[in-house]
Amino acid sequence: MAEEKEPLFSKQNRSLLTDPLDDNNPISVQVLGICSALAITVQLKPAVVMSLAVLFVVIASNVIVSLIRNLIPGRIRIIVQLLIVASLVILVDQILKAYAYDVSKELSVFVGLIITNCIVMGRLEAFALANGPWKSFLDGVGNGAGYALILVIVAVFRELLGSGKLFGIEILGHKAKTIADSTGLYALGYENNGFMLLSPMALITVGIIIWVQRSKNRKLIETH
Amino acid sequence: MDFLRKKFDQIRKPFDKGGKLEKFAPAINSIDTLLFVPNHNTHKGAHIRDGVDLKRVMVTVIFALIPAMIFGMYNLGYQHYIQLEGTAPELLKALLFGAGKFLPMLVVSYGVGLAIEIAFAVYRQHEVNEGYLVTGMLIPLIMPVDMPLWMLGVSVVFAVFIGKEAFGGTGMNILNPALVARAFAFFSYAPYMSGDKVWVADAYEIDAISGETILGQLAAGEQAGWSVADMFIGLIPGSVGETSVLMILVGALLLIATGVGSWRIMLGTVIGGAVMGLIFNALSLNALMTFPWWQHLLVGGFMFGAVFMTTDPVSAAQTTKGKWIYGILIGVFAILIRVFNGAYPEGMMMAILLMNVFAPTIDHYVIAGNIKKRKNRLKAA
Repeated sequence: MAEEKEPLFSKQNRSLLTDPLDDNNPISVQVLGICSALAITVQLKPAVVMSLAVLFVVIASNVIVSLIRNLIPGRIRIIVQLLIVASLVILVDQILKAYAYDVSKELSVFVGLIITNCIVMGRLEAFALANGPWKSFLDGVGNGAGYALILVIVAVFRELLGSGKLFGIEILGHKAKTIADSTGLYALGYENNGFMLLSPMALITVGIIIWVQRSKNRKLIETH
Repeated sequence: MDFLRKKFDQIRKPFDKGGKLEKFAPAINSIDTLLFVPNHNTHKGAHIRDGVDLKRVMVTVIFALIPAMIFGMYNLGYQHYIQLEGTAPELLKALLFGAGKFLPMLVVSYGVGLAIEIAFAVYRQHEVNEGYLVTGMLIPLIMPVDMPLWMLGVSVVFAVFIGKEAFGGTGMNILNPALVARAFAFFSYAPYMSGDKVWVADAYEIDAISGETILGQLAAGEQAGWSVADMFIGLIPGSVGETSVLMILVGALLLIATGVGSWRIMLGTVIGGAVMGLIFNALSLNALMTFPWWQHLLVGGFMFGAVFMTTDPVSAAQTTKGKWIYGILIGVFAILIRVFNGAYPEGMMMAILLMNVFAPTIDHYVIAGNIKKRKNRLKAA
């Protein structure tokens, strides 16, 4: 087959990796997986863990489904895909509970809800069912990374402006009860922005990212 | 006049076509049209020729705001001296104190807002329009006096960016930008936007103070500690411009007489609030419910919102019937939020923002209903 002679990182394969980061980003362009992006971006740490979990699930399910794509009967393919995704999510959930219990508690139901994350099922339906395992792997990496990219950007803004920390470390100084005892920016009268901790602000932050992205990347602008 | 015009033309020379600073032409044009009446007018196509333009409409609203603003400054001084020193101050002393507190807020609001507007105009290569003139004045009027100026600035940045420019600038915004600024500040810096220390200037310096707004007192289950006359004249703690119903009504008269503000929306809001107040009075289950309905209309931001915020022609409903529905629902929701949600004693802000979102829907159904009615009439004929 001609496909197998193709170099591992041909131009087409590279675009599988890079497209989801910008031109075809699952969150900011396709607007999928928004619910988790809103729910777990108050702090950076859960956002990173969540990103890794989704990255793993997308890659693994993409590869598995791609490997057995010719064996799955078309009529029950959704059920088969769901089974694969659900098993992977349970695996992730158990690993998190065993090795990162705090974060697992913070993420609560949202790890389980990766099953319903539209990005995962979307990639299976749109890509893995029609392409070989290597391409599906690249596609999974690309889309997982695109999701992670937006999640991390949103979480950085929300944690930094909302609680003045990153990964729980006080970046902007220490806030004591009075201004006189505080250090860093807080000594100048700076205050954390409580709105950043509420989920509407995550939506607005994603909105701003979309706005900035589209004003830089003109081909994303729809014409009516 | 000619001399001034020539002088200004000299200044703006580098900004003209082919000049060095051509890119920044929108900035200088905005200053130009603000200082001088533009000498060009429409000469093509069918137009209604009228002296009214956006600038004149905006300036009318500014004039309507001035009584409330000046009284607000006096009240700032009055509250400060009567709470901290225990004596009523002289008129001038109170006014000067209030001006010293309020004018920096006004400068920050205009400075930050206009800078962003001009930056966007230069970036998008269109003319700066006057949309911000009123917003810039409204924002400091609906904020507590002791709010740090940088917070005011951040709120203005948010309001202009997200409330306005994200949607395409003046005339395209869905929400009232001034209320976006207040809502942002309210959710971001809650300790600076409510409680008993923020409404009276420098109240944080002393411990014992009755600086809580009337709505705050009621939400805490206390009795309103002010007389009805004080509520009407406006000698109560509150945001700078919102306290004096008397002065707001003076502004309302000007808005209605010039046709700039819609009397339907204003009246609708008052009716809606009164009806909801009456319903709650009949139920009388807690302190906020037993608060007389007509006093609900006097306290908090109700009247200020009804006159200056609901009538914003961009974010309000446009159809005649729609204006009634829009106004009445704002009044109903404002009292509803006040009474049922103690955490947000100022329901007016939420009610207007909520109805801003629904205004296009209201208009849509009013127009659809009108079309249906006419179709039926055609069928019958």
